[in-house]
Amino acid sequence: MQEQATKAALRVRTLRKAYKDIVAVDGIDLEVHAGECFGLLGPNGAGKTTTIEICEGLTEPDSGEVELLGLHWNVDSEALRQRLGIQLQETQLSEKLTVLETLQLFRSFFRQGPGAEEAIQKVQLEEKRDARVGNLSGGQKQRLALACALVGDPDLLFLDEPTTGLDPQARRQLWDLIEEFKLAGRTILLTTHYMEEAERLCDRVAIMDHGKVISQGTPRELIASIGVEHVVEFSTGTTLDLAGIGGIPGVRDVRSENGGVLMQVTELHQAVPALLAELSRQGVPLTELRTHSATLEDVFVHLTGRHLRDE
Amino acid sequence: MSKISEHSLFQLTLMRMREFIREPEALFWALIFPIALAAGLGIAFRNQPPQVLTIAAVTPRLSDALRQEKLLNVMQLPRVIAEQSLRTGKVVLLAEPGPDGSIVYRYDDTNPEGRQARMLADQAIQRASGRQDAVAGNDKIMREPGSRYIDFLIPGLIGMGIMGNAVWGLGFAIVDARRKKLLKRIIATPMPKHYYLLSFLFWRLLLLVVEVGVPLAFGALVFGVPMRGSAIALIAISILGALAFSALGLLVASRVKTIEAISGLANATMVPMWIVSGVFFSSQRFPDLVQPLIKALPLTAVIDALRANMLQGAGFAQMAPQAAVLGAWLAVCFGLALKLFRWR
Repeated sequence: MQEQATKAALRVRTLRKAYKDIVAVDGIDLEVHAGECFGLLGPNGAGKTTTIEICEGLTEPDSGEVELLGLHWNVDSEALRQRLGIQLQETQLSEKLTVLETLQLFRSFFRQGPGAEEAIQKVQLEEKRDARVGNLSGGQKQRLALACALVGDPDLLFLDEPTTGLDPQARRQLWDLIEEFKLAGRTILLTTHYMEEAERLCDRVAIMDHGKVISQGTPRELIASIGVEHVVEFSTGTTLDLAGIGGIPGVRDVRSENGGVLMQVTELHQAVPALLAELSRQGVPLTELRTHSATLEDVFVHLTGRHLRDE
Repeated sequence: MSKISEHSLFQLTLMRMREFIREPEALFWALIFPIALAAGLGIAFRNQPPQVLTIAAVTPRLSDALRQEKLLNVMQLPRVIAEQSLRTGKVVLLAEPGPDGSIVYRYDDTNPEGRQARMLADQAIQRASGRQDAVAGNDKIMREPGSRYIDFLIPGLIGMGIMGNAVWGLGFAIVDARRKKLLKRIIATPMPKHYYLLSFLFWRLLLLVVEVGVPLAFGALVFGVPMRGSAIALIAISILGALAFSALGLLVASRVKTIEAISGLANATMVPMWIVSGVFFSSQRFPDLVQPLIKALPLTAVIDALRANMLQGAGFAQMAPQAAVLGAWLAVCFGLALKLFRWR
């Protein structure tokens, strides 16, 4: 335990932050180990951005403690700024500058780190080196923002919703980049409301809702914790008796949703035949049937009864 | 790359410059527009040769007498046509013989040209009839650079340029950066915060060379506007003015989050000064009661000092009151701005 504590790159204790009418962060504890990628997963408004901005020293917490790399904001802010790489949600860099000029500017703020050209290579923007920022696509802008976070050769990288608003291809490209940073041994704290992103990139995840951490662990642990391995979704032509479905062995949870039914089960090979039998007993025709392995999304649904993204 | 080009201040100032020169509209409004304005107004209000008034006379004798006056253009017309010309304003006065050898002048006494024509015509008739002037009057014409409208205008436009570019330049750039969360991103780096503000200052001073130099050179070369005072005093007052207006720009932009709000606020700050501070016409035209107030405005101070320097050759000592006004604005605005400024 003692050994693990010394390896923590970021430790947050009983953090609280309230704005006028809302408690954004309600007493959370986090610990990010050196070299890991830690994800804050939660819907919009869960308090992820407030949490990460407190860690970045941009927002003052009402109470609680934040320790980064063994340092504290109130005494070591200058040293900390040199060692953090930060990518904020929805920053628009100056549109009149080129990619290279932007990175030269950001590089000039740090004592050490890779040159602007090297940072461009790292995020694969060589072709856009001399393009104005205003002419970049969303994905390219996001990669440039990432490069701006890298020019100081940070020990700790903060990424706030790095892929929000990107198309799937651009998102995958960004994931590849972040995976490379992970392989290079960087410590990363990222926020996201995409469960695929958290599952793919994060060694450990904290699920946040209404300013609280409602569950924490590796994605595998979290999924295992709900005792559900599979999810069955189906729709029927006429209304059916949900109670009958809930009685099927191995079914943990049944809820109707968007005109369909969502069923969490432990044993897929037993649950599906039993479901079909129950439907024919009730005389209800099946119009749609899908199954998938449980994901972090299902963990969130299990814990809160809501989806990560409101559709 | 050399060492200085890797310095944050150099890079930040470079960013200001790039953002400015890559915005063609900014370039136009800051540099081309004031010159176009000076050229337009200089031509419109150029000193014109004495105006010649066109009048009508109905008899050859009258015409001959009136033609002695060089400032009258006399047309000899039949009465009916002459009357019609007077009614339609083609001539401003009609002279015709009256009873007992007298002369009748017909004109509109509410028209200044008509009254002037009446005086000139009567004088010409009287002289032609043998009147001798009791006292001889000799004219000495003064048309000296320094007293024309363009000489008055150029210092006004320079002052207006210093104010507009500083308030707009800082106000717009800061609010835009705040709106785009760029301010927040930049303070998330190790950059010392005062570098950001200093970069504006450096860029302002660089641009000052152009925004003062160009109208000055234009006025001197095209209209022969004089520069009688010391150049160093002129540079000093321009720099002080730029600093004071930069502080004002910083203050108006210290909290604003939208472009609409900064546009309104900047206009509300500057338009009153455009009107009362004597850019286009002398601020002396406003009542004595408000003169101390007008004199305390930064634009009045800059323009008065520039005019005194360029037109009357004033040096540092004569510009001290204006310099004091600008120094006070600089200190108060900068102090307030530092207290109020929000990075996000």
